[in-house]
Amino acid sequence: MSEPVITARGLTKRYGDVAAVDKIDFGVAKGEIFGLLGPNGAGKTTTILMMLGLTEVSDGEVRVLGNDPMRNPLAVKRRVGYMPDSVGFYDNLTATENLIYTARLIGIPAAEREQRIKAGLARVRLLDVADRRVGKFSHGMKRRLGLAEIVMKRAEIAILDEPTSGLDPQSTAEFLDMIEELKREGVTVLLSSHLLDQVQRVCDRVALFQAGRIVLMGSVSELARQVIGGGFVVEVEAKAAAGTELDARFGAIPGVLSVARVSEDRYRLTADRDVRAEAARAVVAANGSLYHLQVEEPSLDVIYRRFFENQAAARQGVRDAA
Amino acid sequence: MRREGSPWQGLGPVMLKELADHFSSARMRVLELLIVLTAGVAVFIAIGRVRELVAEDPFVLLKLFTVDRAPLPSFFVILGFLIPLMAIGLGFDAINSEHNRRTMSRILAQPIYRDALLAGKFLAALSTIGVSLLCMWLLIVGLGIYLLGVPPSGEEIARSLIFLVITLFYAGVWLALSMLLSIVFRSAATAALVALGLWLFLTLLWPMLAGAIAEVIAPQDPRYQMLGLQTPATYEWTTALLRLSPGQLFTEAVVALLNPQTRAVGPIYLEQLQGAVVGALPLRESLMVAWPQAVGLIAGTIVLFVAGYIVFQRQEVRA
Repeated sequence: MSEPVITARGLTKRYGDVAAVDKIDFGVAKGEIFGLLGPNGAGKTTTILMMLGLTEVSDGEVRVLGNDPMRNPLAVKRRVGYMPDSVGFYDNLTATENLIYTARLIGIPAAEREQRIKAGLARVRLLDVADRRVGKFSHGMKRRLGLAEIVMKRAEIAILDEPTSGLDPQSTAEFLDMIEELKREGVTVLLSSHLLDQVQRVCDRVALFQAGRIVLMGSVSELARQVIGGGFVVEVEAKAAAGTELDARFGAIPGVLSVARVSEDRYRLTADRDVRAEAARAVVAANGSLYHLQVEEPSLDVIYRRFFENQAAARQGVRDAA
Repeated sequence: MRREGSPWQGLGPVMLKELADHFSSARMRVLELLIVLTAGVAVFIAIGRVRELVAEDPFVLLKLFTVDRAPLPSFFVILGFLIPLMAIGLGFDAINSEHNRRTMSRILAQPIYRDALLAGKFLAALSTIGVSLLCMWLLIVGLGIYLLGVPPSGEEIARSLIFLVITLFYAGVWLALSMLLSIVFRSAATAALVALGLWLFLTLLWPMLAGAIAEVIAPQDPRYQMLGLQTPATYEWTTALLRLSPGQLFTEAVVALLNPQTRAVGPIYLEQLQGAVVGALPLRESLMVAWPQAVGLIAGTIVLFVAGYIVFQRQEVRA
């Protein structure tokens, strides 16, 4: 991991006696897409607000780009772009006017303003509606305008709260592409979502929240290994040459944990990584004919659900033992 | 823990945007129309009355602001009614509308402190009222010169301009109050209703209640009553209680300023008048008479603004 741009140590937020965020630790490296995932009310938004200095930290500390957001919020907010959950704009102003207002607040010099606003709107494909009032915009367009604001700001870190909730599948895909584009430009992205499967495609690493705590953290495949003990399922359809058995050859591939024969010519390999290439080689080496090869990546939903099943089972076990 | 960076960062942009919003809003149109129409009618009638009343008064222009003809009240009384309405109209949704449009967290995620947002909105609304007042003042002075044919003296201009400043702070009290309510209540309608309720209470009910409460604190003395006089203690309590209402402070300060004959506001004893020379006070002395009331209005503005500031700073950004 390269230098961390965001670090949290023992970060806690209490509302009265209730801890909304309970002693969480995490670090986000420069240039990665980090996902804060979990159900609504698990403490994701509160964590984000603490990183921006918009809500007070009860305990522990957080550093963003080396600054303490409580002490020096302006330095943090100058370099971090934030798109809140259900982002709103001034309906009576046009898209450009809305961005001009933000640009003024950021302190972008007047000479650069127009060009940077245009660039931002172009990036999210809103240039043709730049002079239309935001009141007429759809939900997805407002989200994109929120992203344009971050592009215009030239933020080093983009914090996106629930960027895809309420969007139709096509808009979601488009939006995720735009997020990946940001990453290619070197922007560190931190996003929160309760739609685990939707965002797992773009996240380099994720932290899974549950009731104010981070219960799992790492890349999706790491988590899959940790929780399901495998995670990658490779389906192979191949006809073996007479006299050879493919089962044993598949089993010998490093990383394969188990081989199941689903039907006459179908095999299902469970592995801790993507073993398609090795499986293909094994079939060819055995003079077999390969018809179909497919990998199912582990889904975060499954990991999340399995994690809690395991936990419940462990508790049950403890109770039985006692 | 001290925060770093200037609290004024972003004040200018916020203020300019709010000013633009105010000047283009339909709400402002209606309020301006209301004020200009009522003021216009009042002045027009006052001019007729000034013509028949005073030929030799050195402060003819000031009479335009203070003279009434039943059933119409004088201009400054109308202003005392309408200024709170205008201030409430500009302030009741200042903060809660940002929450309701879901722009609050996006704006506060820009490199500004909340101070700038609150102060910018306050100053923008106050400037809006200031500009309207100045227009009204020019209109009245212009009409006065045109219809009466008497050029105003320097002192008259000074007195009426100080009157404008006091009116501005009177507006400031109501503006700060309505902005405080817009911070406390998430619904703009609730904030508006509470602000209007307070306004009605202070202008209509409080004058009646103040007398009743004063009689409870300091009961009427039957000896004075037999003579048909006010008991001094009761009267003093009544005035003190009345002065809790910004409208009362405004009226007293304005009367002292616009009517140079005014020597005191509130109770005055007969022996204090003995040996007094009848005539107009110089501007400096009139200012001294109006000063406590003016300070009351300025302090009220500051206290209410600070109360709003504290509540706003402690408020959670999330809806």
